[in-house]
Amino acid sequence: MLEFFKTLDRRWIFLLMGLAVAIPILTEAKFPETPGDLSQAVFNEIEKLNEGDKVLLAFDFDPGSEGELGPMATAFVRHCCEKKLKMYFMALWPVGEQMIQQSIDNIVKADFSKLVYGEDYVNLGFKAGNEGVIKVIITDLAVLYTTDSYGKAINSIPMMDGIDNIRKMDLVINVSAGYPGTKEWVQYAVTRYPQDIRLVGGCTGVQAPLLYPYIPEQLPGLLAAIKGAAEYEKLVLDKYGHRDADGKLDEKGKYLEGQRRMGPQLVAHVLMVLLIVAGNIIYFTEKRREGQR
Amino acid sequence: MKNNSMVWLIVMIVGAALLGLRWTLASHGFGKAYVKVSQETRYRIPSTKDYPTDEPIDRWVNKAGADKQNFDVTTLPPASVQTRVTTEDTTYAEYVKAEGQGGANSNTAPGADRYEFSLSRTVGIWFAAFMTLFVMTFLVGDNPMYKVAESIFIGVSAGYWMVVGFWTTLVPNLFAKIWPSIIRDWAMPGLSSYGTHEWLYLIPLILGIMLLWRLAPKGGWISRWPMAFIIGVFCGLRLITFLAADFVSQIRSGIIPLWVKVPQLAADGTVLHDAAGNVVTGFSFWDSLRNVFLVVGVLTCLVYFFFSIEHKGVVGKTARVGIWFLMITFGAAFGYTVMGRIALLAIRFEFLFDDWLWLIDPKMHHTIVAPTSMILPFFGLG
Amino acid sequence: MKRNVPLLVAIIAGFVMIVAYFIPYSESWGEIVLVWFDIIASIAFILGGGNLLKIQLKKISERGPGWGYAVITAASFLIMLTIGLLKVGVPPHESYMHMPWSGSYNAPGSPFLWLYEYAFKPLQATIFAMLAFYVASAAFRAFRAKNVEAFLLLGTAFIILLGRTAAGPYLTNWFPDSVAGLRAQPLSEYLMQVFNTAGSRAIMIGIALGTASVSLKILLGIDRSYLGSGDE
Repeated sequence: MLEFFKTLDRRWIFLLMGLAVAIPILTEAKFPETPGDLSQAVFNEIEKLNEGDKVLLAFDFDPGSEGELGPMATAFVRHCCEKKLKMYFMALWPVGEQMIQQSIDNIVKADFSKLVYGEDYVNLGFKAGNEGVIKVIITDLAVLYTTDSYGKAINSIPMMDGIDNIRKMDLVINVSAGYPGTKEWVQYAVTRYPQDIRLVGGCTGVQAPLLYPYIPEQLPGLLAAIKGAAEYEKLVLDKYGHRDADGKLDEKGKYLEGQRRMGPQLVAHVLMVLLIVAGNIIYFTEKRREGQR
Repeated sequence: MKNNSMVWLIVMIVGAALLGLRWTLASHGFGKAYVKVSQETRYRIPSTKDYPTDEPIDRWVNKAGADKQNFDVTTLPPASVQTRVTTEDTTYAEYVKAEGQGGANSNTAPGADRYEFSLSRTVGIWFAAFMTLFVMTFLVGDNPMYKVAESIFIGVSAGYWMVVGFWTTLVPNLFAKIWPSIIRDWAMPGLSSYGTHEWLYLIPLILGIMLLWRLAPKGGWISRWPMAFIIGVFCGLRLITFLAADFVSQIRSGIIPLWVKVPQLAADGTVLHDAAGNVVTGFSFWDSLRNVFLVVGVLTCLVYFFFSIEHKGVVGKTARVGIWFLMITFGAAFGYTVMGRIALLAIRFEFLFDDWLWLIDPKMHHTIVAPTSMILPFFGLG
Repeated sequence: MKRNVPLLVAIIAGFVMIVAYFIPYSESWGEIVLVWFDIIASIAFILGGGNLLKIQLKKISERGPGWGYAVITAASFLIMLTIGLLKVGVPPHESYMHMPWSGSYNAPGSPFLWLYEYAFKPLQATIFAMLAFYVASAAFRAFRAKNVEAFLLLGTAFIILLGRTAAGPYLTNWFPDSVAGLRAQPLSEYLMQVFNTAGSRAIMIGIALGTASVSLKILLGIDRSYLGSGDE
């Protein structure tokens, strides 16, 4: 028996992991969610803004991290739409531009069709240069962004009036999958102009532990991995319900993506714990036998 | 080896059988994509202003836009009136709602929105599904399917980055600065005005060309100039920023009281005040302990990182405590990494089960809403 | 010329950035340098693509093992590049319909977007997702609580894994209120906000000092390794 587990083909473990994730998805298992302090802090930061306040949504992620960050981006955009904030989208990741477009199509255009492009939201798109871009646009936006993502002149967009740099934003929301991301926003924007720039973020599980030291002085709130996404999503849903701004009942589960994903998450986490325990039982049993010999 | 072939055989047979089963069970098919096709007539309004002003280029507007400018579109020559067709993704559920099953209720009136099956996007979904499965076959063992998928990914992603870099940064931020009128007339009509040539931008252009010299077989040293520029800028940026954000700020955040006093609350939850009106504070054990952990944790970890002193005696013991803190940190990092990876796997399975196989429908994309929703309005219940 | 000029370029560029931070008057110099930097960063994408093509073409011409895959890589790259740069299948911008190049390179319905949506996106997402399987296998084979340190690491991982899902509350919500802080969710939050913050803060301080010292060595010309060796 011990020998069997010791030499177990790892493909069995792959299969177990596959099933642990697939079955809850197929059964659409859902579990209750209790929001933590940091998600509540993110929610409060957005909640305390007033209608017409300006929010920069920096989407620094790609399909490789969409599983974790997509639900956050969706919830952020919906929350901003519900609050009628002016949304300025930008990206430091080349693929971030597609992520922005996806949010605009699936949320803003689909469920908040009254919002007008150029007056309520604008897509500034991607610029190369990583933190170099942040460093430039905190003092001068127009030098890099001469047009929006669709080639429209910046100075012909009504909501860009008076926005000569991003210090004019009331809040910066960053969805980040790595470098450049929340760390760079903290370093190059918040630390440089702590009085002018307030930042909240959502990040992947890999980054989250390393961003905690910035909380709360440099980063008042953080959504950490899919759990953070699910918590924040719940807060937004609890406050604004399952209806969109036009009052239509939202039957689509796109605003439940994070909470839905916590199903496979639970089963897979339990599997991970069991695998580690099993591995240790095998190890210690074997060690004891060796000791007996 | 024989065992390996058997695994492959089983995987292939099970996969094909499941797909076949799905095929026979799917009443309205699966893996299909639909689009909404809209049409709009647009009119070319000649520029009324002279070159170089803010609006030197003719613009196309729809009827409402022309009316807003009091422009009579009937005076336009036929070449200045065009129909613009746009397609956007829609869902099977939307398609059936608008067109009826199999397009039975299709509105064929000219100019009306059409919902139709999209072959190219359907092929796309199947291609994406097979690419997903090809990558996953690596779990069974390295194989040509995985290698094909990997090769496509490398090629496509390099191409993607290059195209995005060209159209989003090089054209608007370099070429449009040096040759504004040419770029505007060619691909960026939205640029606000014909600016002047900013010849200073020739410097990054030249540095860029020098950087590309790396690709040439000889003269590799030429690329050192731009490389040195990049490294210099990075060092200048990071030297200050890391000290400010990650060193000074972190030390400042770490200076916290170890004896924490918090306002005392009365039985009804209100803050207590003394006779002089000052808030009554009292020692908080848990908040103090929290701060002690934070300060001791940072200090002991830093002692562990300090390799100039031998880790013996008190230093050694302190460093040991530092290691414990670091282990907890790494444990947390491991837990969060696992959490992240599983979420990434979940979205791929969701794609396979939802977008491709239509086995689940959390977003209500392909479930046809029960006929009751169409019948109820007849009875005044909808 | 081959070594001294680049050294000077690095030093000047670096010091402009430093000076721009402290002297508001010189902030615009730093801005100019950074805009150039951003432009060169986008040219680096071309360098990356060019390098990839060069390597693949070399593999193909040498007909080494697996050269067929090099053909696929090179072909995918060239197809993506061509349709993207030439805006193949991209309709003109709705306001400038007489200008064929005015549309966006990633316009809906364009072949470029098709390749992004149905090739790039699933492939990238799946490649990243594969790590879920390997991390499970590694957990079974390599994670052993051999000593106190390993035990702390595993214990924390358990609390985080359970405390960050509904499993934690299910298992620990029966704890009496007097020890409510030991329930999985609050405990996992406490570990993150206190112990993890302390450890990460120390790592952050260490990295900051390291980065600053490396930067300073380069800017003072002490570390010249980035110039490579020899004249070529």
